[in-house]
Amino acid sequence: MRLLTKRLVFYVALFAVWELAIRLFGISPVIMPAPTDVFRALGEMIGDGTIARDLGASFMRLAVGLVIALLIGLALGILLAKSKTADDTLGSLILALQSIPSIVWLPLAIMWFGLNEKSVIFIIVLGSAIVMTINVRTGIQNVSPIYIKAARTMGSSGPDLFFRVLLPASVPYFVTGIRLAWAFGWRALMAGELLSTGPGLGYTLKYASDFGRMDMVLAIMIVIGIIGVTVDLLLFQRFEQRVRVKWGLEAAH
Amino acid sequence: MFLSIENVEKSFGKDGRRELVLQDINLRVEEGEFVSLLGPSGCGKSTLLSIVAGLGNPDSGRLQLGGRDIRKPGKERGMVFQEAALFPWLNVEENVMFPLKGSMSRDRMRETARHHLRLVQLSQYGGHHPHELSGGMQQRVSIARALAMDPAVLLMDEPFGALDEQTRMRLQDVLEGIWIETKKTILFVTHSIQEAVRLSDRVIVMGTHPGRILQDIPIRLGRPRNLHAGEMAEYEAHILGLLKTENDKVEEEEMRHAASH
Repeated sequence: MRLLTKRLVFYVALFAVWELAIRLFGISPVIMPAPTDVFRALGEMIGDGTIARDLGASFMRLAVGLVIALLIGLALGILLAKSKTADDTLGSLILALQSIPSIVWLPLAIMWFGLNEKSVIFIIVLGSAIVMTINVRTGIQNVSPIYIKAARTMGSSGPDLFFRVLLPASVPYFVTGIRLAWAFGWRALMAGELLSTGPGLGYTLKYASDFGRMDMVLAIMIVIGIIGVTVDLLLFQRFEQRVRVKWGLEAAH
Repeated sequence: MFLSIENVEKSFGKDGRRELVLQDINLRVEEGEFVSLLGPSGCGKSTLLSIVAGLGNPDSGRLQLGGRDIRKPGKERGMVFQEAALFPWLNVEENVMFPLKGSMSRDRMRETARHHLRLVQLSQYGGHHPHELSGGMQQRVSIARALAMDPAVLLMDEPFGALDEQTRMRLQDVLEGIWIETKKTILFVTHSIQEAVRLSDRVIVMGTHPGRILQDIPIRLGRPRNLHAGEMAEYEAHILGLLKTENDKVEEEEMRHAASH
């Protein structure tokens, strides 16, 4: 409860200082709107259904992209974990690709798919699949040797060993992979929408920017932030924590 | 059904030179016998056990169980490790059912698992997950899991080595009870003299550099053993004397090694 109080005081103070500074120095809302303007814009956009419509469109894209990315990541991760040759060759390429932000693929994606949904989904898949691949590979390679030994003395080998021991033993890494895939995908989605087409949160943000509506821009940024934090902290990190406790990787709190 | 180990040798590569870990190992374990391999760390007792399990291969020599060569792991040799090695994604009952899959109906599997959980006095815990159990309880589940596939021989690699003294003594009682009830052949690795004498029909005392069998000591005492505390102490003193000479040798070698660097 004390934590909540501290945070509440902090945010109230933050908005108060912000509001005060804007009024004191008479800053134009085109440069920086006051929090009251931002919340009014947010209220309007929620009221007229803009936010709901944009969120729906954005999440649809993200869901499609993530499902494709997770399937690719799982398949590639298994391949890299099982084949030394694939890991030495394809693995190095994937590590190299990881250092390229997926959004820089957009020009190429637009040439290939056109200025539409597919390009954005392509960017999401690229961003998310790589991090999922790396986690699946690491997970399978890091399965505790004692599990493998124990299973072998119980007559398990080959595909039976793989499906009944190696895969389930790697689940904590898969969960981390999914969380990171979401985080990368969410960022890629916003960047993609900002630079291509709508409807979607990123697109509305650009639209607002074109009309100099910085109150709307900030309102959408707040929505993006809140959704990012909510999904990551409340959903994924909790789930990840539970899995890690169950798998004996972390003590319960 | 008996286990025979003939002329087994094993060496590991180390800094470019080979070190002999097991030399001239000959051992015969009769059906229903409880045999312990006892020795200081580095005597190769765990290596020998994993060779019997089929997890490692000897450089030379021959291993047979019931007249058939041992080449790879198999369900006729159950293994209990120092870590319980239970699968965290399965509950206790599913863990015990793990080795049974494909060999019987699901109902029979469940029934067999429950029977063996009763044997280790954990029938109330079938629905729990491993992380909810203490170390001693996890190790009992691991014993139940190995026994559930009805192996001809049970291999145990310092199964109580990571447990506290009280839990350890309690599990020794439990294991002796199981052995009296099931008459399983057990090959048990330990570095505790007390534990070896407490549990075994025969104690195989091993020495180091290279790992070899020093002496095969039959423990001619009735069961349960805790009724024979006095005689057990005599056996323990005898074995301690044997290992003392070994320890002096190890110490001397370490000194020489330290001096040469």
